[in-house]
Amino acid sequence: MVAMTKKTPAVGSRGFDLASVLEPWVYVSPALLLIGAIMLVPLGIGISYAFRDIVLLNPFSGGFVGLAHFVEIWNDPNFWNALSNTLEWTVASVLLQFVFGLILALLLNQPFRGRMVVQALVFIPWAVPSFLSGLNWAWLFNPVAGPLPHWFVAFGVMAKPDNILSDPVHAIWGPIAANVWWGIPFYAITLLASLQSIPLEIYEAAEIDGAGPLRRFWSITLPFLAPTIAITLLLRAVWIANAADLIVVMTRGGPADSTQILASYIFTQAFQRLDFGYASALATVLLLLLLAYSVIVVFVRQLLIRTD
Amino acid sequence: MPPMLYNLRKPAYWTFHYALIAIYVAVALFPLFWMFKVSVTPNQLLYTEGVRLWPSSTTATHYLSVIEHTDFPLFFRNSVIVSGLTSLFTTLVAAGTGYSFSRFVYRGKLWIVGLLLVTQMFPLVMIIAPIFKLFAPLGLTNSLLGLIIIYTTYNVPFAAFLMQSFFDAVPKELEEAAMIDGATRFGALRRIILPLTLPGIAATLGFVFTAAWSELLFALMLNSSTQATTFPVGLLSFVSKFSVDFGQMTAAGVLALLPVCIFFFLIQRHLVQGLTAGAVKG
Repeated sequence: MVAMTKKTPAVGSRGFDLASVLEPWVYVSPALLLIGAIMLVPLGIGISYAFRDIVLLNPFSGGFVGLAHFVEIWNDPNFWNALSNTLEWTVASVLLQFVFGLILALLLNQPFRGRMVVQALVFIPWAVPSFLSGLNWAWLFNPVAGPLPHWFVAFGVMAKPDNILSDPVHAIWGPIAANVWWGIPFYAITLLASLQSIPLEIYEAAEIDGAGPLRRFWSITLPFLAPTIAITLLLRAVWIANAADLIVVMTRGGPADSTQILASYIFTQAFQRLDFGYASALATVLLLLLLAYSVIVVFVRQLLIRTD
Repeated sequence: MPPMLYNLRKPAYWTFHYALIAIYVAVALFPLFWMFKVSVTPNQLLYTEGVRLWPSSTTATHYLSVIEHTDFPLFFRNSVIVSGLTSLFTTLVAAGTGYSFSRFVYRGKLWIVGLLLVTQMFPLVMIIAPIFKLFAPLGLTNSLLGLIIIYTTYNVPFAAFLMQSFFDAVPKELEEAAMIDGATRFGALRRIILPLTLPGIAATLGFVFTAAWSELLFALMLNSSTQATTFPVGLLSFVSKFSVDFGQMTAAGVLALLPVCIFFFLIQRHLVQGLTAGAVKG
């Protein structure tokens, strides 16, 4: 990979060939232009909105308000409620996806008859658009069209077939169920890939030394998977904390804001109240929280790699 | 061959193994099966037959009324246009980026990789409001073009890493040989590398198509006219307006699922290979 650029086009007698220096940039420039114009510029504007009073359709808005939005956020009970819901939603979704995904990856890592067919079938939820996964689960939880409430009654979990999505205490588990169902394949695919990269000789050596299956799992499999686990946990958690669509589709944050996460709260502020200033301040807070979280996970990952 | 449960090659273990696999397959397919079942159940049976696994008689009326009496055919067309063009543009742009990452060493490359990773982190909701403000005067709200531009940008980073893993899999000696024989770098790219990475390109196309097909929040925020409504937004507004007509809602849901499922089945293997290649390296 390293020698490529130097070897090829620099045939000319000049020591410095402008064309060969520019060439890699020609290939990346469309991506850079798009990302700059459509993501970075709006990101900058969005952060500046956080300090301004921007209400769409209100001609008197637009003034600079300093940190007023952030003071308002600090005193906003809906923000703290959404923050704790975000934690519950993210932690529960990521952990359940991870545990079920790891079990599936371990199952698929053993050769058995029909493995390719099974793999194609269990990965199908990943192809389902997330809004549709949300609607699909909302229908399953609906006592008129779906079986789940009736099954809950049959198993004695519920007294009568009610819709879990209209129960303020448990409603958040509806979107979590949809999210877990939809996200298991992602974990299974990435973990399966790292499982297949573990050299078999290590297992054989461990077996000769008399290590049992559980011991081998703890001392070989898990340490090998650790970097993948750390990076996927990081990416998935950030992604799930940002994902408002399942909530918007299934509960719209209700009943009584019991399923409102920060991302859906921001979306409601911008979309329904057209208060872009406050929405941007909330988004800035979410961004800072996620950045802090990422720094911590990257740090932990470095520690894990170093101890190997 | 089986790495960790080596000495468990016993019937008891395999019964357990297959039982777990069966549960996974059942859980993965049941919600979709149920959606399909409700979509072919006549309305009067929905209330009387409750949780039966299959209705005593089936009907196609829900599909017919969705196709004939709603705007879903228009939404479907819009979504096909948006997703199709998005996947095309994204794959082109991402192929350039992936090629550059795979074949060149240059100052600033690490920064670009970092930039692409960071774009995967920040909340989408952060830029919805500014995008709306920027796009409105340009006539890019209530337009399919506006969505295509945003979706392309959003999918480029991941697609670029995916394409890089496919380019990395092609030995460099092939193009070096071609260039020694007098081909330009671009000629070698076009005639030797692209044909070899076709499966990867197909996987990227399919992945981006699915992602664009699924996007809800930007489409909801930027488009309010029926003419530019995509399938997710149409389905959602249909659900909030006619939330008791389960037959028609599920029929529309099944229709929304068809194109992505077809795509997914075609590319499933390549996509897993691409992700595997990336994961093994990283």
